[in-house]
Amino acid sequence: MGAWTMAGITFREAARKKFLWMALAAGLAFLLLFGTGLHFQVKSLARTNPLLRRQVLNGMLMVGLYAADLLTVVMAVLISVDTLSGEIASGTIHAIATKPVRRREILLGKWLGFVGMLAIYAAIMVGGVSGLAYILSGATARHLLLGSSLILLESILLLNLTFLCGTMFSTLTNGVLVLGLHGLAFLGGWIEQAGALAHSPRAVDVGVIASIIMPSESLWRRAAFEMQSPLIGAIGLSPFSNASVPSPAMVTYAALYLIAALALALRYFSRRDL
Amino acid sequence: MTPSIQQLTPQSSSRPAIQTHGLRKVFGEKIAVKGLTLEVAQGEVFGFLGPNGAGKSTFIKMLLGLVAPTRGEAFVLGHAAGDVNARKKVGFLPEHFRFYDWLTAAELLRFHGRLYGMTDSQLRKRVSELLDLVSLWPHREKRLREFSKGMLQRIGLAQALLNDPELIFLDEPTSGLDPVGRRLVRDIIRQQRSRGATVFLNSHLLSEVEITCDRVAFIKHGEMLETRRLQEERGSEIDVLIRAQNWNTAILEGLAPWALSICGEGERLTLRVACAEALPEIIRYLVSQDVKVYEMTPQRTSLEDLFLQIVGEDGGL
Ligand SMILES: Nc1ncnc2c1ncn2[C@@H]1O[C@H](COP(=O)(O)OP(=O)(O)OP(=O)(O)O)[C@@H](O)[C@H]1O
Ligand SMILES: [Mg+2]
Repeated sequence: MGAWTMAGITFREAARKKFLWMALAAGLAFLLLFGTGLHFQVKSLARTNPLLRRQVLNGMLMVGLYAADLLTVVMAVLISVDTLSGEIASGTIHAIATKPVRRREILLGKWLGFVGMLAIYAAIMVGGVSGLAYILSGATARHLLLGSSLILLESILLLNLTFLCGTMFSTLTNGVLVLGLHGLAFLGGWIEQAGALAHSPRAVDVGVIASIIMPSESLWRRAAFEMQSPLIGAIGLSPFSNASVPSPAMVTYAALYLIAALALALRYFSRRDL
Repeated sequence: MTPSIQQLTPQSSSRPAIQTHGLRKVFGEKIAVKGLTLEVAQGEVFGFLGPNGAGKSTFIKMLLGLVAPTRGEAFVLGHAAGDVNARKKVGFLPEHFRFYDWLTAAELLRFHGRLYGMTDSQLRKRVSELLDLVSLWPHREKRLREFSKGMLQRIGLAQALLNDPELIFLDEPTSGLDPVGRRLVRDIIRQQRSRGATVFLNSHLLSEVEITCDRVAFIKHGEMLETRRLQEERGSEIDVLIRAQNWNTAILEGLAPWALSICGEGERLTLRVACAEALPEIIRYLVSQDVKVYEMTPQRTSLEDLFLQIVGEDGGL
């Protein structure tokens, strides 16, 4: 009951404070840009060999999806970074946490609200990119639903980590820490791929270690693997090669990681002084 | 619109509203509350007084479960402090009331009411009653961001009364309020007392405390120095100052049945009487003797004097 009230107020806050609309506006601007770019690309590729043309357009789709993924992930951090630490610092939490609601209901309620927003946002972005790609170029993603679920999972991972850090640190520290970790994962992902292409097992190890510290980017790379055509992944025409695809075990690890982050956030938030 | 008053029927009048035993809180090196043992009876208006940093707010926060005690026990309405079941029957105005300032006054009350588990129809009635009580009805659709400090304090008070609480914690409720607002706080406290609620009040405005509280505790450096009952106890001696003309020693001697001691000089008579009941008798007698009485004032030690006497002038910082 208390959790639903908190989820509702979280949604309302996002709408009232306009950042929900700003996020959507940024998303729509991105889709517009993507559509325009794709339109000209399609035109210029009109007389290319159909097989190559298909692969290039499929690559464009993947780039669009990657940008959608990145936007969703950054949104996950931005919309939730202040929600716990901010209310603890200002004392807003005092009048709320002394009502007959449990601390875990407060936290889970907020979480539900943000997950709802992220689901809508991810659906708009991934749906927008793949819809535009299909209409303009006929390119389709292979396992779109699975891929978008992995993208959503990645944004929830960042959300949970932001919640966890929000129970311990100030807003600014929290933002720097979580985005920093994601940056590490991002870099690790590229090192791993480049290492695999160059047959350097050491580089691959570095990437794997980065993914263990922060498995967010490996969820994207698994999503890319599920969505792009096997051919372009194999021949390296796309920036997301199949040379080193995160295993299902890595996906499981990421899922456990995000559950653990939420559980720790709940535990710490329930016990700390407010 | 007059707010409906929900009379409380004490469940077990013997059970104290608040009971703590050796309650202690240490923040790192700093001992905020040093093993406080205290009992507040149901229906009591209790004042918690002490200099800045004495540990008053920390004590309330422990009772509400915001801060975990380092040691000791606390019970609120028979439940362990912080228990959700106790919080159902508790209202709280935090020291610095903060809220979602993008909500309107009415929305804020509805949100807090929902956290109490109130239904929409309960809320419709209660929210308008409370907005009316704190005189914010005309501003109900205004965003809280646009409110003045005192208006926010009023909405904070309203929020603390949503659930018709059995026990109300007010942490400096008059801070930022104008005289009308302070009067409102006083009236609310009286109203809550008359419906049987217990009020726990932190305040630095001793004149307010003096008028509203039944009992006060003085704390300093997290330690309880003393508790005092404030109403004049029947049968206790009172010093009285009388300003009068046309008196003589013979008339003063006639006051002997009521006065323990008498001293007269010019217009001023100072008497010590055994109890307050003697005062009307003394006036009647003086008037019957054609003495012109201009003023009669019982001389109580003000709470402020008492505070300085007990807590010390250094303020304890
Ligand atoms: N979260 C905290 N971390 C560290 N020290 C704290 C914390 N909260 C309170 N204190 C310290 O505990 C002591 C008691 O603080 P508290 O707020 O309870 O005082 P108070 O009696 O309410 O004072 P005031 O009249 O100024 O409101 C102070 O010395 C304060 O610095
Ligand atoms: Mg205080």
